Order: sequence, then structure tokens, then C-alpha cells
Amino acid sequence: MHEPAPFFALENISKRYGGVHALRDVDFACSRGSIHAVLGENGAGKSTLMKIMAGVVQPDEGRMLLEGMPVSFPSPSAANRAGIVCIFQELSLMPELTVADNITLSSPPRRFGFIDGRAQRRRSEELLARIGCEDINPLSRVSDLPLSRRQMVEIAKALGRDPKLLILDEATSALTSADVDRVYRMLFELKARDLSILYISHRMHEIDALADRCSVFRNGRHIETFAKGARSPDEIVGLMIGREIEGQFPAKPRRRRPAPLLTIRDLSWENRLNGVGLEAGRGEIVGLGGLDGQGQKELLLALFGVLRGVRGTVALEGDPMAANSPKSAKSGRARMALVPEDRKSEGLILSMSIADNIAMASLDRLSHGVFIDAGRARRAVDRAIEQLRIKVGSASDPVSTLSGGNQQKVVLAKWLATEPDVILLNDPTRGIDVGTKQEIYRLMRALAEQGACILFYSTDYEELIGCCDRVAVMYDGRIIRELEGEAITERNLIASALNIAERRETAHV
Amino acid sequence: MSDTVLTPAAAEPQEKSRRWGAELSLRWRQHAGILGALALFIVLYLFYQLNHPRGFTGQILIQNANEVFALALVSMAQTVPVLMAGLDLSVGAVMTLVGCIASHLVDGSPAEIVLGIVACIAAGAACGFVNGCVVVYGRIQPIIATLATSAIYMGLALILRPTPGGKVHEDLSWAVTSDLREFAATFGLFDDGEAAWLQPFAWIPVPLVLLALIILLVWVPFTRSVTGRTVYAVGSSESAAYMSGLPINRAKLAAFTLAGLFAGLGGLFLALQTSSGNADIPQAGAYTLNSIAAVVIGGTSLLGGTGSAIGSMIGAMVLRTISFNFRIFDVAPLLQPLFEGLVLLAAVSLGGLKLLRLKNKLEVFR
Amino acid sequence: MSRTAETMTAPRSLRLGRDDKPVVFAAGFVLLILLVGTGYTLYTQGSAPLLQPQYLLQQLQVGSFLGIVAAGLMVVILLGHIDLSVPWTLTAAAMMATAVGGPWAIPAGIGVGLLVGIVNGLGVAYLRVPSMIFTLGMNAVMRGLMVAHTGGFAPQTAATDVMQYLAVARIGGVIPMALLVWLAVSVVIVAILTRTTLGRSIYAIGNRERAAYLSGIDTNRVILIAFALSGAAAGLAGVLLAGYSTKAYQGMGDAYLLPAIAAVVIGGTNILGGRGRYLGTLVGVILIVLLNSVLSIMQMPEAGRQIIYGCVIISMLLVYGRGDRVAA
Repeated sequence: MHEPAPFFALENISKRYGGVHALRDVDFACSRGSIHAVLGENGAGKSTLMKIMAGVVQPDEGRMLLEGMPVSFPSPSAANRAGIVCIFQELSLMPELTVADNITLSSPPRRFGFIDGRAQRRRSEELLARIGCEDINPLSRVSDLPLSRRQMVEIAKALGRDPKLLILDEATSALTSADVDRVYRMLFELKARDLSILYISHRMHEIDALADRCSVFRNGRHIETFAKGARSPDEIVGLMIGREIEGQFPAKPRRRRPAPLLTIRDLSWENRLNGVGLEAGRGEIVGLGGLDGQGQKELLLALFGVLRGVRGTVALEGDPMAANSPKSAKSGRARMALVPEDRKSEGLILSMSIADNIAMASLDRLSHGVFIDAGRARRAVDRAIEQLRIKVGSASDPVSTLSGGNQQKVVLAKWLATEPDVILLNDPTRGIDVGTKQEIYRLMRALAEQGACILFYSTDYEELIGCCDRVAVMYDGRIIRELEGEAITERNLIASALNIAERRETAHV
Repeated sequence: MSDTVLTPAAAEPQEKSRRWGAELSLRWRQHAGILGALALFIVLYLFYQLNHPRGFTGQILIQNANEVFALALVSMAQTVPVLMAGLDLSVGAVMTLVGCIASHLVDGSPAEIVLGIVACIAAGAACGFVNGCVVVYGRIQPIIATLATSAIYMGLALILRPTPGGKVHEDLSWAVTSDLREFAATFGLFDDGEAAWLQPFAWIPVPLVLLALIILLVWVPFTRSVTGRTVYAVGSSESAAYMSGLPINRAKLAAFTLAGLFAGLGGLFLALQTSSGNADIPQAGAYTLNSIAAVVIGGTSLLGGTGSAIGSMIGAMVLRTISFNFRIFDVAPLLQPLFEGLVLLAAVSLGGLKLLRLKNKLEVFR
Repeated sequence: MSRTAETMTAPRSLRLGRDDKPVVFAAGFVLLILLVGTGYTLYTQGSAPLLQPQYLLQQLQVGSFLGIVAAGLMVVILLGHIDLSVPWTLTAAAMMATAVGGPWAIPAGIGVGLLVGIVNGLGVAYLRVPSMIFTLGMNAVMRGLMVAHTGGFAPQTAATDVMQYLAVARIGGVIPMALLVWLAVSVVIVAILTRTTLGRSIYAIGNRERAAYLSGIDTNRVILIAFALSGAAAGLAGVLLAGYSTKAYQGMGDAYLLPAIAAVVIGGTNILGGRGRYLGTLVGVILIVLLNSVLSIMQMPEAGRQIIYGCVIISMLLVYGRGDRVAA
């Protein structure tokens, strides 16, 4: 196949953070008119590579060539001027400002030196229309929009910079499936317009759908670049991990359904939960499926006591219990644990040490009266690190120094130290490398075997199929179908999630 | 939440008016803070005027305007750093320092007076700029940086005026603390203030005119500039602003300089009003703390990203009107501080009540 | 075997951690002040009063009032909040203590402080009013109450004997009792911050309240307790100050707020919360007290004092109070 000339090339790029090599002697190139996927575990160096290309950080060694000419970008705006625009995982939107402000702020249309509000708005409407989001009002505040819409605004903003090279770093992880489709369409359209597109993702099916070429990174090195279809998914995962992977998911025990530990009846909250009914017993991993945004997250939050004004009953072995705060959920008759959606701002305190984070939920167990038993705490932390195989330099390092997968292990360790009866997992493997994901699946099964009751919300069908004993499919704030055992297939999951939707739509006609 | 996609071509006129209505309510909700403060002010001021023994006279209005101006300007000064999620504890000190400078310079021949005024404005801006440099290049948190610089500015003020004193040009002092007619009469403008076209406006106190001019000529252009928007952006999310390539350092420097400028203008007026310069530490502190209260009452969030100097000006008016009310109701002077404190507490706590209605407790934490 | 859980006990290594740097620098500055002051007195008077133990103890005695206020304030600042009601809480506690008199004087004074602190805590934690504003309002309310109560004059009732004893007496004729009270308060604060669940929670909330809440920490209660502590500390300081001056007077607390904040910040506590060691606050207080006394000996006019005060804060923070550059 004819190799297109590279539009942007990196040669011998290296980047160190303290003693850790984020990138080691990397050669990389991407061309116009193609969608180029970048794969690798967390810590493989993908994000650092993108940050260097986008001018957010500077390489320690090596050089970059844009259309054959050497360039360097001391800041994001320099990269923008060269036509390189990056859409990051962490949004770069200002929540208090309007959509129009956010989209056009770095180079707003001006009149007599001042920002022209009307032109700003028109431009925003144009860009939003290009990605199929005409329903977003440019005058609304970003903070009023749900996460998926915000990501679309972020994408519109990137388009507005007139990019020649567009980099998407896990940009679809927060999107509803409808928005994901819109993004796909936009990317194909941009490719047809000869843009160069770099796409980082952990989702194989996305890469399958989009990419022409794939590059695999591992441990800061560029391993291989190949055209689509040249390697099978198994081979690709092998390249990423560098070792053979045995079965992805641990075996599910065949046994009869246990007596319910947790009984939820008619749980309702605002208009997000509309009479949820569910039972879950010890030793079960119950998955929450369905389209995004149907109330799965709210269900977990409600159980954990974070929501106010929840109606309905939650019973524990027959006796009603109602958590009205995480504290009461944690220490009630059934000890509950919640691994939250955003580990960086909700699950962990990044600036505190690994040891502090691990002990944070179980301080009362580690103390005599008011005083913390330092020895007991130390031993508990050491035990947790060993048990979960968390890769740390020293437990007193700040937890921000760990990779994403290890950070999530710290969150899990924190909650396992409370010996919970009910474990609520809110998309725990999002943005985590394959190796750690497998460890988490094995951990979940082990915990269930030890008697925990696990509620597992995941946006990944494969995980639901591979891990769960039962899957409760949610739609519009209630559970519309439960699938068990052999019936948990991708077809059934999607069918259940969409079935009701179809019926509803026909009703409108 | 289902996705509804409006097709632009469908049902045009009805769509347009519905959209217009939706947008109006959107803007209404977004400015709820200022509008609430304005409503509060109108209620309080009407109450005051209706109960005033001497009824609604122009003289009372002028007096009120004079008492409000300095605090209004200091509050507007405080707004800008607050928009960036910071705080400027030196606004009272800058006001005092510039007032002391004014008590030395704003006198003599017209040229000297003009130079004096320019020097005062420049001094205020310079103090603000120094604040900005300490914050941007020193990378010290604004609240502590300005705490330190406030001591320095007060020290300088004390050097200039160890005891209250000084002199400002009497005519100017008289003119800016009266209404437009008097202002014109003092300087022989517009037929000594009797010009026909001036009459409908002649009763307006000069301080109010100055406030309007400052807002129109300084604040509004600032908010419409890229630097001004960047100030809001930094307050909303500094890291996002950086990622978007916005000129953050420039915005921070501009914000503090503008704050210094406003505070300086307040000090200049205070000197003209009292015809002296007074390096009074407790007074400076009181102005600073009151400016923070005014900013909050005016609907600007201490967390940054949203708000307006106009709101803070209204907040200052609310604060002053409360004390006006105390005056006419002959509340025992001993009880006044207590009532002021209770009202202040109540006013700011009302904002907190909104959070009690939040259904997802996670939204309480930023 | 990894070095674990070091943050939950007193640090053992001798390496200069990030939190140790401010303490060392502040201590160094204290020495610098002593040197400069001694140089000055040697030059002008031919003597070195600053190095006399009696003089230093005298200064520490006066400093203990500031130190107690700073101790309470530090706990609140660690949470990421601030307590601006200290001046009039202190004054109110002093006035109530002298008014009540007898054996209940001291409990009454501390009780007033505790009560104000609890109200502050309720407003900040449960009503979620920004602490700067709420405590500002409480300060005004306390001032109003005291003005109404005393008619605007200094109350005529004198401090009780016990109060005076605590503030003025010296153990063995040498060590000021007030210093021992300060020491006791310090021990309690250090114990709370480094060895209790409450202390861990305070640091956690100061760093990120959302994550602390989701980990099952009762953040509202912790905030309430912190403000109660700050109020009680201000109350205790007021009681002692009244004992020292033998009576309470209007505005006696005004001079304590900003120096206390400065002491906490100079000592390395981050004004946004989440980081700081009590030892730093201790050294910060000593620094401020000594700076004041050296400036007094030099008979520096108020103008000079203010300027030097401001410059000292800025220069110390330039050394170790700088934030990180904004980056992704």
C-alpha cells in the first residue's frame, strides 16, 4: 500500500518525570487524510506524546517536524497556531462561562477591539451544527449542561480552531451512544477533508470502526505501527501488554441464586429514578446495564446516601435501612462501599499520600478511641498494597504519582479495608489499562466468593457479559429487564436497552 | 435524558418567538444575583425615603450619593480579584494611600489639580499592578499577598499623613459632592448650570454620574475585551483557561491593576469629600471588609467565574442604605452595630439557603 | 519493606520535606531578627537586652495570647476556611468573663468563644455560607452585642484572681504561666492534628472535601468542631488577655486577627488548606512577636512597622509559599 507522506513527525522524542521515563526515544508519524489510532496501557506514554504534540509539555530530547520543517511549541497556543488541536480527557471548558464564550474565547470575533457577542453566537451555532448538536443553546452556561453535552461543546471548540491535525484523547469516554455516533460521522467527514486525526482509545470496537492505522505504545516506547486489519485484537492486546493474556474474565461459578441481602423496592428520586426494584444476594455480581444516563449512576448514589429526597424502600435481609449519608452507608448494618465515577476528584485525594488514601475510610477501625494506632495503620496499609499488588515506590508518596490503574487499586483498597457487605462500583475500569482491568475482574469475583454483594455499573458490554451473574437493564429510571446466566449476551443487552425505546417511539406516531 | 434535535427550518415564526422567550428566561436566570440585589436595594431605599422625616428631597439624595461613592468604588475594586476566585485585602489601604496623596497634590492651579488627579489615578493603578506582580510572578496566593501589601501601602500612607490633614481644592471638593447644576455653576459651564437641556438632569448628584461614567467607560469595555473574559475564565477554571491558550498572566495583572485603579478613584473622592487625607488603619480595614460583603450581596460568587462590578456597586448601596435606615429610625446608637451585623449575616445567609435545596449533596462541594 | 504510613506519625527522616522547609526558614528568620536587633542595641545602647532570658520570656508571655489565637485559627485554615470573628469573640469572651466573675469567670469566657465557634460552624458547614462572609458577620454581631451590653464603655468589672494568675504569674518566679497555657494548647492541637481521626479528616477535607465526604467522613461535623475549637481558643486568649490587663476593654481583640493569620501562613500552612505543620505556626508566632519587639526597641514609627511587616511576609512567602505554575 502506498505510504502517504507524514504530515507531522516526531524523532527520538524522550520525556522524563523525575525518575520515570514517560517516553523513550520515540519515532512517530501521522499523515493527512487518515484516522490514526494510538493504543497502549496506562503509563505507556500515549497521553504524554499527545501533550508534547499539543504544546502542553516540552520534550527533554528529540525534535518534531511539521510538514518536514522542525518546530517546537512552548505553549498550547503555539501548537494551535500551527494547526494542531487537542481534545483532552479532562475538559478544557470554563463552567461558569457560556457555551459561546467557551467555543470562541481564544480567538473571538471582534468589533472595534471588543468581543462581538452576536458574531460569537453565530459562529458557535455553526460549529455546533457541524457536529449535529443544534439543540445546545450557545447562551447557556456550560455548568448547566450534562457531561456528554459538555464534551460535544469541547469538540465544537476544537473544530473552531480550524485544525489540520486533530488529536482526541479518550474523547468519547463521557459520551452517550448517540453523541458517539455524531463524533464518528464528524471524524469521517474531517478525514475526507484531508485532516490528520489521532485517536487514543481503550475501546477496541471504536478503533475497529474508525482507524486506518494503529500504533501501539508500551512502557514509553513505540512498539509497532500497522494498517487496520493487519493484526487481530488478541495480537494487539498482546503487543500492548507484552505478554500472552489468558482468559480475560474469571470463571463464573454455577450455583443457585442466593437469598437476597439487599432488596430495593420502588426507589424514586426526582425524575431520574422512577420506581427501581431489584434484589441482590451475597456472592452475586449484579450488573447494571442499559443506555447511558438511564439512572444507573443515580441508583448507586441513592443507595450510598448521597441523594436527598429519595422515596421507596431499601431493605437489608428484610429490615429496612436508609442511608442518608456516605457515613451512615459505610457503617450501617450492612456496610456499603462506593467506588465513585471520577477517581481523581471523588475517589482519591491526589495530594495526600497513598497510605493516607488507603486508610481514609477505615480510620475508626485503626484507632483506639480518638487516637490512631500508627502501627496498626501501617500494617493495614502494607497488607492492602501487597494484597492488591499496587505498584508503589513508597506508601508516603502522594497518590498522584501512580498510574491510573494503580490509583483505582488504591480506591479499591480503601474500601476493602472497611470489609463491606455491599460493594457499589461506578464504572471502575474506565480509562484503565487491560492488565489492571483483569486484576479488578478477578478481585470482584474473589470478593463475591467471600460473601460480598456487588452492584456493578459498566458502560462496557463485554465486562457486563464477562463478569456478572445477573444484569439488570435500566431504562428511564427503572429496571425493565433482568438477564441471567446464559441469557447475558450482547444481543440481549442491546435489545433490552433499545426495545422499550422503539416501542415508545412508535407510540408517539 | 433523550436528545431532541430541533430542525432549524421547522415552524419558523413560532419557533423564533419561543426561542426568544426561552433566551430571555435564560438571561434572567443567569443574572438572578444582580437582579435580586437590585430589588433589595430598591425596597430598602424606598422604605428609607418614605419614612424620612424630611421627605424625598434632592439634598438627601446628594448626601446619600456622597456617602456611597467611596464604598461603591472599593467594592467594584474588590469584584475583579474575586472574579478570579481570589481576594484583594489591600483595597482599603490603596484607597487610603491615594487619599493621602490627593491631600497633598490636588490643590493649586488647574494644571496642578489635573496633574494631581492623574497622579492619584496612576498611583492607584500602580499599587494594583504591584499586587498583580506579587501574585503572578511571586506565585503567592492573592489573599496573603494583598494582606502583606496592604500593610506596606498603609505604611506609605502614614508617611505621607502621620496625622489627618492636608488640603484639596475647595471648589472641586464642593462641585463633586453636589448635583450637576452646582457642578456646572462652580466651573462656569453650561450657562452656570442654567442651560435648558441640562434641567431634566440637573438634580442628579455628581457621584452618581461619575459612577455611571466609570461603569460605561471602564467596566463595560473591560468585560467585552479578551482580557476581561479571560478574568472570568480564570475564575471559572484556571487550568481550562491555560489549556485554551488564554493569556492568564496578563489577565491577572490587568485584574489587580484595575482593582487598584478603582480603589484609587474611591480614595480620591474620599479626599475631596473630607478635604483631607487620613491614614486611618481601622477605617481602611472596615472598607476592605465591607467591600467583601458588598461583593457577596451583589451576587458575585466568591468561588469566581461569575458576577459583575455593577452588582457589587448595588451591594454597596444596599449596605449604606441599611445604615441610612438606622439613622432615621432613631435606633439607639448602641444597638446599631448589632443590627448591622445581624442584617449582614442574614443577607449573606440567604444565599446559602439555596444550597439547602440541592438534591444531590455532591453538588455542594466544588 | 516499604516506608509506610509515615504521614500518620511524626516524620522520622531527617530529609527536609516540603512541610519542613517553612519551619526551618522561619526559625532562621527568627535568629536573623535577634541578630539584627542585638546589633542595633549593641550599637546604640551598648547592651544586648534581646538576648536576656528574662526579656525573651517576657516576650513569649505576651506572645502566648497571639499563639493561642493562631493555634485555633490554624485548624480552620487547614480546612480551607477562615475565621474573621476572632477579634470580637476574644473581646466578648473577656468582657463576659469579667462580668461573670468568681469561679465561673474562665468557663464563661471560654464558653462564649465556644458558642460563637459553634454558630460559625453551623453557618459554614450546614448553611454553606462562605466562611469569610459568615465569620465577618458574626464579628459584627458580637461587636454589636458587646457595644449594647457595655454601653460603649470599657466594663468596670475587673478580671478575677485566677485569670490574672494564669496571665501574669510566673512559676518559680521565672516561667510565665501564660506560656504554660500556650504550651498546653499546643500539645492538644498537635495531638489532634497528627494522631487523631479528626486530624486526618481535617487535612482530607482541606485537600478535597468531595472525596473526603464520599469516603464516609462526616465533613459537616468536622467543620463544626474546627470552628468550635477556633472560637474556644479565641475565648481562652480573651480570658488571658483580660487577666493580663486586669480588665477587658473595647477593641482589645482587633490587633490579633491579622498577625495570627500572618503567623499561620509564615509558618508554612497553605492558606487554601490541606497542608501545614503546627510547629510552623509556633515559630511564626515567635517570629511576629520578636519582630514587634525589635521594632519597638528601635522606636520605629507605625509607618515603618507596617512596611516592614508587609515586606517580611512577602519575602518569607517568596522563599517557600509559592504555588506551582499553572500547567496541565
